[in-house]
This record gives sequence, structure tokens and C-alpha cells, in this order.
Amino acid sequence: MKRIIILGAGTAGTMMANHLHHRLNASEWEIDIIDERKEHYYQPGYLFLPFDIYEPEDIIKPIHDFIPKRVNLINETIERVAPQEQYVSMINGDRLHYDILIIATGCKIAPEETEGMEGAEWQKSVFDFYTFEGALALRNKLREWEGGKMVVHITEMPIKCPVAPLEFAFLADSYFKHKNMRDEVELTFVTPLSGAFTKPKATAALEHLLEEKHIKIESDFAIERIDNEQKTIIDYGGRTIPFDLLVTVPTNKGDEVMARSGMGDDLNYVPTHKATLQSKNWPNIFVLGDASDIPASKAGSVAHFEAEILTDNILHYIAGEPLKEEFDGHANCFVETGNGKALLIDFNYTHEPVEGTFPFPGIGPLRLMKESRINHMGKLAFRWIYWNMLLKGTHIPFVSATMSESGKNFD
Amino acid sequence: MEKIIAGIPVQVNEEGYLTDFSQWNQAVGTELAQEASIAMTPRHWEVIAYLQKEFKNDVPLSIRKIGKSGVVDIKEFYQLFPMAPLKTASKIAGIPKPVSCI
Repeated sequence: MKRIIILGAGTAGTMMANHLHHRLNASEWEIDIIDERKEHYYQPGYLFLPFDIYEPEDIIKPIHDFIPKRVNLINETIERVAPQEQYVSMINGDRLHYDILIIATGCKIAPEETEGMEGAEWQKSVFDFYTFEGALALRNKLREWEGGKMVVHITEMPIKCPVAPLEFAFLADSYFKHKNMRDEVELTFVTPLSGAFTKPKATAALEHLLEEKHIKIESDFAIERIDNEQKTIIDYGGRTIPFDLLVTVPTNKGDEVMARSGMGDDLNYVPTHKATLQSKNWPNIFVLGDASDIPASKAGSVAHFEAEILTDNILHYIAGEPLKEEFDGHANCFVETGNGKALLIDFNYTHEPVEGTFPFPGIGPLRLMKESRINHMGKLAFRWIYWNMLLKGTHIPFVSATMSESGKNFD
Repeated sequence: MEKIIAGIPVQVNEEGYLTDFSQWNQAVGTELAQEASIAMTPRHWEVIAYLQKEFKNDVPLSIRKIGKSGVVDIKEFYQLFPMAPLKTASKIAGIPKPVSCI
């Protein structure tokens, strides 16, 4: 009996467990999945929790509900991976040998990387919304906040879901309007990038929306520290931005397990071939989702497309066949723009987001790069799709793992 | 597109970054620095040489990496190339605009 171990039962790991369970022969392969948590969090929900759009129970479910019966779910903390000796050791002393390892340990915030971030004002006037606890604390703060300077801030790239901070700013605008206090709030979006987003055409569209919503943008801001007494953020050039309420996205890092195992880069991301998803250092190790260093967005949609291709590649690997160099960096993201609207972007390593229709060329019904109500309905429907189809590895109809160029208005 | 820098025709993109590093020399770098209101000193050139070396080795550059390089700390990097140091320095160095971001 051979063994395949999946590290992490988040979005990416859970999808792999479901795919492999269908594709691997049960008499030849044991599949194990290890995670220290018992609950699965629907992370896109963290964006809606602060604004009282979702309740905590909408976004938390038990991990075991999504893991197939034949897959062993091991609820333990991983101590380290020994890639040469091919085993994973647990904090409790257990050691598991593997034939194939899949790393899906994700990434998380590291506020300790920025001086003063976890200072006296942490969760008083300095908040994150990339954790359940942070999003919930922020919700409670927003319920009673009377206005002032709200600064939405990105510390450094790369981050999980690079559009989420913008969506947060748009939803904040909408939230304060509904509370009849928009005039009491000065909204500023602060980013280390030169503009609102990382791709030129989407940046132009999103900057137009910021302007329309009277959200000021401060770009090229590389934060050095937070001054908790003065309530300011200061960059390395000495630029200072005051806040009454700071909503920051701290530095994101891969899991500490990768650092302990000597397998990560300076941010704990695992060096990975961007087209095959095989580790650059060990042929029997594969990486998907936020844990890898590939130049694709850290997003659930990316993990979903990767999982389809990686499953095929693992079967090729087992059969001793060459791997398919197929993953193209495909990402497909709804961007909430407030007031019940959203826009949709679809892109990959080589093609930036452009206008067009999706998934059916010329028909839609979803519109790319344009605000619409149906896009917003798509984003809300996505929660159902996530729990009922995506995690179970069900193919989403009409949406292919590699990006389609039809229906798009390239220059 | 073509641009005359320090008397030599060089290829640049729409943002003014050189598209062919082999066309770079120190005179080109000096003139690009002047466009950004920077007077180059030996210290500036040390940093530029480091960026070019990393570029040739295909190492993607980020502010964080430069801060940990031992060549220059982030504070000084900002003093040398104010505002957006990595972008400004990359342009002067004749290497592509850094893609530290997705």
C-alpha cells in the first residue's frame, strides 16, 4: 500500500482530497490529510463579516463534512517535513512516511513584520480582516464607530486575494452611505503599488470607481511603522498618513512549517514549477494554493483550477509519464464594488483582465470588468457553489481550468 | 519606441524603462537619473550594480529583498532614490519595472 499525504485541509487541500479519492485506486493508495483545525472557514466571507452582510455561522463548517470517508483526516499539528527521508512528523511525536506529498498549507498574516502593528492600538483602532477574529472585532468596532479618517491599507505584496482591500474600501463607502454617515468618513486607500491594482486595464477601471466614490488613493507607500500614539502610518521615505481607524492587510507569509522544514523562501513560500505545480526541489512533492511561490494570484479560484490540473499530473507522475505543463495562472475573481454591484475579472500569467462577456462569448450573462447587479448575484451565489461544488471537486460547468480567450476584447 | 539618451538611440517602453539591457551604459544611467532629479554618487552606483547583478541572475526584486541584501537598508534606499525607490532605481539601472505583485 502506498501513501499520499496532503498537508492542510483548507480550500486547496480539501479539493485535492476529493479529486484524488475519485481517481486513485483504493487498494493501492492510502490518502491522508492533516490539519490542526477542526473547522473550515469560508475565507471570502471575511470581507462581508465586518459589514454585517454575513454572520459567523455562514462562513464556518466542520472540516470533516468535506473530506471523503475513505480519506483519513488527521487532526494534528505538523512539526516538520523531512523531504529527503520522505516523512511528516507531528507535534505529538507521530511520524508518517509518504510516497507523494501535496503541500496546501496556505498563507496567513504576519503583523509582527511591521513595527508597531501589534501595538497598543491593535484591535482598538488598528484592525485586519484577513482572519476570522480580526473581521469579527472589526464588525463590532464598525457598529459603534462615529466616523473620522478610515485608512484601508496594504503592507506589502504578495497578499491573498489582492482585490479584497479594494473591495473592502468600496463596501465601506456603501456601508457608511446606508448608515447616513458617509459625510462623516474620510476614506483613503493606501497601497505599495503604483496604482489601485497590479494589472494596467483593471487598474484604470478600479481607479475610476475610487474617484466616483470619493475614496482617495495614496500609492507607492512602503510602510516602515505604525505610530500608535500619533495614530499615523509612516513609510520609509518619511511620508505620514493619519488615521482614526486603520484597516490593514499585514504582510502575508506561508506557513511556519515550511520554514521549520527548510522548504520555503524568505516568506515561507515553497519554490514551485508554475506550469506543472511540482516542487522545484523534490519530484514527489507538489504544491498548490497560497503555499506556492508561483506568480499567480493567491485566490480560491486559482486553487480550484490548479487542483484539476494537479490531479492529472499526479496520475502522470504515478504512471511514470511526463507531467503536463498546463497551468496558465488562470484566476477568476468577482470584485464587490458596493451598492449591490460587482465586476468580474478573468486573467492568467500572460493575459491581463479586459472587458468582455463570461462564460459564454458574446452572451455572458456575466460582464467582465463592468459593474453589474448580476455579477454581484454571482458573488453571493458563489458561497453556495463553494460549499456544495468547489470543495467537493465538482467541475464548475462552462468554466475551464485554463483561461479562454474568446468573448474578450483584447487590443 | 526609440529614445535618444546620452546621445545614443535606445529602445524604451511606454513608461520609459529600457527594453534591451545591452543598450545600457553609465552615461545612459546618469541621464535617466537626471530625469528623476537624482544626482548619482558612488553609493548610488553600488546599489545600481547590485540590482543589475540580481537581474542578470533572474532574481525577482522586491523592497523586502533589497532590505535584506546587506547592500543597502530600506531607509537608505529611500534616501538615495526617493518616493518609489525600486521603480526609480530599476529605470536608472536599465532593467525592467519590477513585478513584485500579482
